[in-house]
Amino acid sequence: MLLIIAEGTIKIVKQLRMGKTLAEKILSLKSGGDAQAGDVVISDVDLAFVQDTTGPLAIRQFKESGFQALAKPQQTMMFLDHAAPSPAQQLSNDHILLRRFAGEMGCRIYDVGEGICHQLVAENFANPGDIIVGADSHTVTAGALGAFATGMGSSDVAVALALGKTWFRVPESFQIELSGAFPRGVYAKDLVLYLIGQIGADGANYKALEFGGRALARMTMSQRLTIANMAVEAGAKVGLFPADKVTWNFLREHGRGDKYKPLSADAGANYEQVILVNLDQLLPMVSLPHAVDNVRPAAQVKGVKIQQAFIGTCTNGRLEDLAVAADILKGRKSHPGTRLLIAPASRQVLIRAIEKGYIRSLIEAGAIVLPPGCSACLGLHQGVLGDGEVCLSTANRNFRGRMGNPEAMIYLASPATAAASAIKGEITDPREFM
Amino acid sequence: MSDLMLKGRAIKLGDNISTDDIIPGRFAHLRSNLPELAKHVLEDGAPDFASKVKALSATGEGKAILVVGKNLGLGSSREHAPVVVKMSGVAAILAKSAARIFFRNAINQGLPVLLCDTDKIGDGDELEINVTGGKIADLTSGITLSCGKMPAIMSAILGEGGLIPYIQKYKDFVATG
Repeated sequence: MLLIIAEGTIKIVKQLRMGKTLAEKILSLKSGGDAQAGDVVISDVDLAFVQDTTGPLAIRQFKESGFQALAKPQQTMMFLDHAAPSPAQQLSNDHILLRRFAGEMGCRIYDVGEGICHQLVAENFANPGDIIVGADSHTVTAGALGAFATGMGSSDVAVALALGKTWFRVPESFQIELSGAFPRGVYAKDLVLYLIGQIGADGANYKALEFGGRALARMTMSQRLTIANMAVEAGAKVGLFPADKVTWNFLREHGRGDKYKPLSADAGANYEQVILVNLDQLLPMVSLPHAVDNVRPAAQVKGVKIQQAFIGTCTNGRLEDLAVAADILKGRKSHPGTRLLIAPASRQVLIRAIEKGYIRSLIEAGAIVLPPGCSACLGLHQGVLGDGEVCLSTANRNFRGRMGNPEAMIYLASPATAAASAIKGEITDPREFM
Repeated sequence: MSDLMLKGRAIKLGDNISTDDIIPGRFAHLRSNLPELAKHVLEDGAPDFASKVKALSATGEGKAILVVGKNLGLGSSREHAPVVVKMSGVAAILAKSAARIFFRNAINQGLPVLLCDTDKIGDGDELEINVTGGKIADLTSGITLSCGKMPAIMSAILGEGGLIPYIQKYKDFVATG
């Protein structure tokens, strides 16, 4: 009798555990086993990449390990995006090293001017269920397409390049359940800043953020990329979206509709936390110096003078972002005390923005258009801040010293807030211009 | 394999030390010249850090142990961050918590990162660390601390002195506990 009850209990427990999170599902498929949160698995890697500030060390580690060849040259990429074009001879020499290595090994290199690695991965390579490792923390961006994509250091990626696999600790997942719709003046960036403020900069350390809920059906791929991009700012290993109709449409538009497969978490999946957000109630948000989780509504920060507004990066340098900015800035002028910098995320984005007339509107409003790439985001060129200067940026990080000067201050916000603030020369709630 | 033991003194810093604090992007041009890059370790946030580590090493009293609060190494994937910390002379890091990429990078560089309640350790305390067993004895205060366990594969990588020596030896990831 007791045994039967015990057996029944075990069955129920097993059934509950049968459901898999998206992270567990993808890692199970790619490791060929039953991956559960907390396990360590060896997984196949579908795409491995480096960029120009992490690639040289990866190449040195690859050679020091004694490796002669790439495991999957067709699935290996090098991106010259961080110093693009190079502002220093040492970085130019690093570029030469990467070009030579790519030539010798037969992998693809995206040279200066083609765009930011994460945008190019989204446009050209990331597919639902893929494992992607990149020597760049914002590799999480491709989670928007349902890829288990995560950032690693140069040594880990060097080994992944050579072996075509890596090890992972299967993360526990937080479910982020989204309902409602973005109100006027509120965008994906405001949502993700709000979330990071709630979770904290280390609140999801080692975890997977998995997005779901009825709001997803209306959430474009561009918005999803913005949100997944910043999962790492809450410490997360991945920011995963299910693969749905929006994913399918995006893949078809980019010539790889055949790579689509529906992908979602099981109904009985175990989540460490469930966070509910009603988009209807969100406001334009700003992250204050020097921590990404230091988040407040834009209305509470308004009036802070800015010397630079920067619209671009892997977070917010896409066509939709430039459209929002151009819409606000068209027929207006940026403030004489504020430099307005625009850096499209890729060449494709730049060409489309020219065709749509956004670039003309932005330049007529006083914008300086920079080449596709990381640009001013990480402080090595194209918009380094002066002592005591304030920048409102659409990037993902506002750490002290991030934009090249520890005496400067960085605020983070949406492209709409950046555009509105550029007009007034001070932090502004974008709804004033809508 | 015998337990890896370290003796040294604590150099204490705070919470949320980002990779931009450790080695900012403006020094990206020095990333293929690590000795030059390492001269700039933590120079914005803790300008006396490098000289403190050097002074400690000069006394012969033991190695420098970096002791910090929560979320060490948040931000970039740049492995140069743990590289320059190690090159400055730090033998091990104790932290309340560490951002996952930094944590993995440090272990891959053979730089031990042990997670424990670092509030209990004072600046300048004399420490004896059993890296393998995850035990820390604070000889100044007399207390003992236990650390969270790292996955077996990380212990194996650390045991070989980092990912590259590990791969040179095994040529692949090998099954561990």
